[in-house]
Amino acid sequence: MADEKDEADASGGEALPAPEGASEVIDTDYEIGEQNITPKIGPFGLDIHNPVFVISGLVVVAFVIITLAFQTQVEPLFTALRGFLTSNFDWFFMIAGNIFVLVCLGILVSPLGKVRIGGADATPDYSYAGWFAMLFAAGMGIGLMFFGVLEPVYYFGTPWGDQPLMRDIGVLDGELADPATVEAARRTAMAATIYHWGLHPWAMYAVVALSLALFAYNKGLPLTVRSIFYPIFGERVWGWPGHVIDILAVFATLFGLATSLGLGASQAAAGIGFVFGIEGFGESVTAAVVLIMGITVLALISVLRGLDGGVKRLSELNMILAGVLLLFVILVGPTLTLISQFFGNLGAYATEMLALSNPIGRDDDGFRQGWTAFYWAWWISWSPFVGMFIARVSRGRTVREFITCVLLIPTIVSAIWMTTFGGTAIDQVINRVADSAVYGYVVEAYVPELSLFGMLSELPLAAISSTIAIVLVIVFFVTSSDSGSLVIDTITAGGKIDAPVVQRIFWVTFEGLVAAALLIGGGLVALQAMAVSTGLPFAVVLLLGCVALVKGLMAEPR
Amino acid sequence: MYSRIVVPVDLAHPELLTKALDTASDLARHYGAGLTYVSVTAETPTSVAHNPKEFGEKLAEFARQRAAADGLSIETAAYTATDPTIDIDATLLRAAEEAGADLVVIASHKPGLADYFWGSHGGRLAGHAAISVFVVR
Repeated sequence: MADEKDEADASGGEALPAPEGASEVIDTDYEIGEQNITPKIGPFGLDIHNPVFVISGLVVVAFVIITLAFQTQVEPLFTALRGFLTSNFDWFFMIAGNIFVLVCLGILVSPLGKVRIGGADATPDYSYAGWFAMLFAAGMGIGLMFFGVLEPVYYFGTPWGDQPLMRDIGVLDGELADPATVEAARRTAMAATIYHWGLHPWAMYAVVALSLALFAYNKGLPLTVRSIFYPIFGERVWGWPGHVIDILAVFATLFGLATSLGLGASQAAAGIGFVFGIEGFGESVTAAVVLIMGITVLALISVLRGLDGGVKRLSELNMILAGVLLLFVILVGPTLTLISQFFGNLGAYATEMLALSNPIGRDDDGFRQGWTAFYWAWWISWSPFVGMFIARVSRGRTVREFITCVLLIPTIVSAIWMTTFGGTAIDQVINRVADSAVYGYVVEAYVPELSLFGMLSELPLAAISSTIAIVLVIVFFVTSSDSGSLVIDTITAGGKIDAPVVQRIFWVTFEGLVAAALLIGGGLVALQAMAVSTGLPFAVVLLLGCVALVKGLMAEPR
Repeated sequence: MYSRIVVPVDLAHPELLTKALDTASDLARHYGAGLTYVSVTAETPTSVAHNPKEFGEKLAEFARQRAAADGLSIETAAYTATDPTIDIDATLLRAAEEAGADLVVIASHKPGLADYFWGSHGGRLAGHAAISVFVVR
C-alpha cells in the first residue's frame, strides 16, 4: 500500500508526500479542534474555536455597528489615537523592526538555515513562480501602488520643518534648487522610501511566517499563532495566554487589512474619476464603499474557488499585470536614468540605513513618527496574516531558501519598483517642476490617491496604462482580502484549514464591512489608527516569537 | 458488475460512516469486487494526525480493523490537498479514478436548506463522476 502511494507521488500527483524525514515533533496532549464547538446557525453547521471565534466575531460585529452609529464622534478619537501611539512608541516600533532584521539575517548565515520546513525530506508544494507571486501579492500589493509615486516625491519636494535627515529639498517654492541639492534630495528620498519597503517589513513577515511554518509542519502543532509560543508557555498556550494571542492576531489582521482595503478603494475610485473624467468620483466616500462591496464579492468568489483555483491564479495574474506596468514605465520613462539610478539607490539605501533605523536622539519627528513608526505598525499588524499565508504555501523549502526568498528578493523587487515609479516621477518634477502633475498632487495640493495617475498621465498611452493601474489596484485588493480571510478563518477555527465554507464567507464579508465602516466613520485616519493600535501589542508578541523561533530551530535536526 | 469500489473515509468522524462502510462491504462481497478506502487530509497538522504520513498510517490501520471484522481485504489511499475545504471533491474524484474504481459509496447527510447554496460532497461527486455513485444517507 505504501508503495502505491509513493508511485502516485512520483507521477506528479498531489498524493501523499513520501516520508517527511527527521523532524522534532512536539509531544502535547492537546488535540487540534478539541476546544472547537460546532453550533448550527440556521441551516449552516459551523466548526469554530471557542472562545477565539466567539470573542473576535462579536467584537468585530459590535465595532462595525458602533463606528457606523457614531460616525462623527469617533473620528477625532481615531486621529488622537494614531498620533498618540506613533509619537510615544516610535522608538519601540523601530527597535523591534531592527531586531527582526537582525534575527532573520542571523538565521540566514547560521547553520540553522539548513533546517527544512516540513521535515528533512519534504518537497515543495508550489513552484518558485507561484510561491513568489502569492507572497508578493499578499505582502505588499496595494501599498506599492499607493506609495510608489507618492512617497519618493513627497520626501523629495515637500519642505518639512523638522527633518535633519532629509534637510535637502529638491524643490522650494515651485523652483528647483541647485543641482547638487537636487541630487542629494533625490538620493535621500529614494533611500528613505526603500528603507520603508525593504528589509524591515519583509523581516517582520519572515519571522512570523517561519515560526508558523516550523511549529505546524515540523512540530505538528496546529497552524495558528499561539503554537509559536509553545517553547515559552508550554501547555498553557492552549489556555488563555494562547486565546489572547490568537484574538490579537485576528484583530491585527482584520484592521491591518482594512487599512489597505481603504487605501486601495480610495485610489481605485480616484483613478476611475481621473481616467474617465468623472467629477467628484474620487472624493466620494459612497464610490469607495461601492467599490469595496464589489471587490468583496470578487474576493468571496476567489475564496470559494479555493487556494489553488482562486488565490493562486489571481496572484499570478497580478504579477503579470504588475510586471507589464513596471516594464511599460521603465521603457517609456527615462529608461537609462532609471537603470543607472537603481544601483545608486541600493547604495544609498545601504549607506543611509543605519541613520534611518536609529531610534534615538533624532529630531525629525515628522518623518520618524509620521512615516516610519506608522509603516512599522502597519507591517506588524499585517504580519500574522501575510506570515500565516506565506507559511501555508512554503512547506518543503529550507530555512535559508525561505529567508532568501522572503527577505532578500522582495527587497530587491521593492527597490526596482520604487526606483521605477518614484524615479520617473521625480524626473518629471525635475524637468517640469511646478508644471508637472505629480508636483501638483503631492507637493502643491496633497491628493495622494492621484499621485500614481498624475505620473502616468505625463507618459505616452496614459489612458491604457492608467486603466491597467486601476485593474491592478483592484486585483491586489482582491488577493489581499481573500488570503486574509483564509488566514482569519484558520485562526478562528483553532488551526483547522478544512473548516466549513460558511465561515470563510463570514470573514470575507466582515473584512469588507470593517473597511467600509471605517471609511464612512472617519476615513483613512480611522483605518490607520486601528492598524497602528493593533500593531503595538502584536509587536510585543512578535518579539517573544523571535525567542521561540530560535529555540524551535535549534531543536530541529539539521 | 463492479470490480473496484471506492469509499471516501473521514477519519475525524468515523462514527458517521458505519452505514456506508457496511453497504460497501456487502456490495464488495456480493460482486466479488475489490475495496479501497480513500481519504483527503491537509498538509498542516489536523485533529487526526500531525502530518500526512501519520495520517496515511492511521487510515491503513482503520482499514485493517474493518478488513478483519468484515473478512475482506481493503486497500487504502491517502491524499493531501492544500485547501481541503474547496479541493476535497476534485481530489476524491481523482482518487476514484486512480484506484480504477467503477463505483463510489459515499456517506452524506440529508440535504437541507444549506444544500441549495453549496451541496454536500456526496451530491457533488455524484454530479461530476463518470462512474456510479451510491450516496448513503
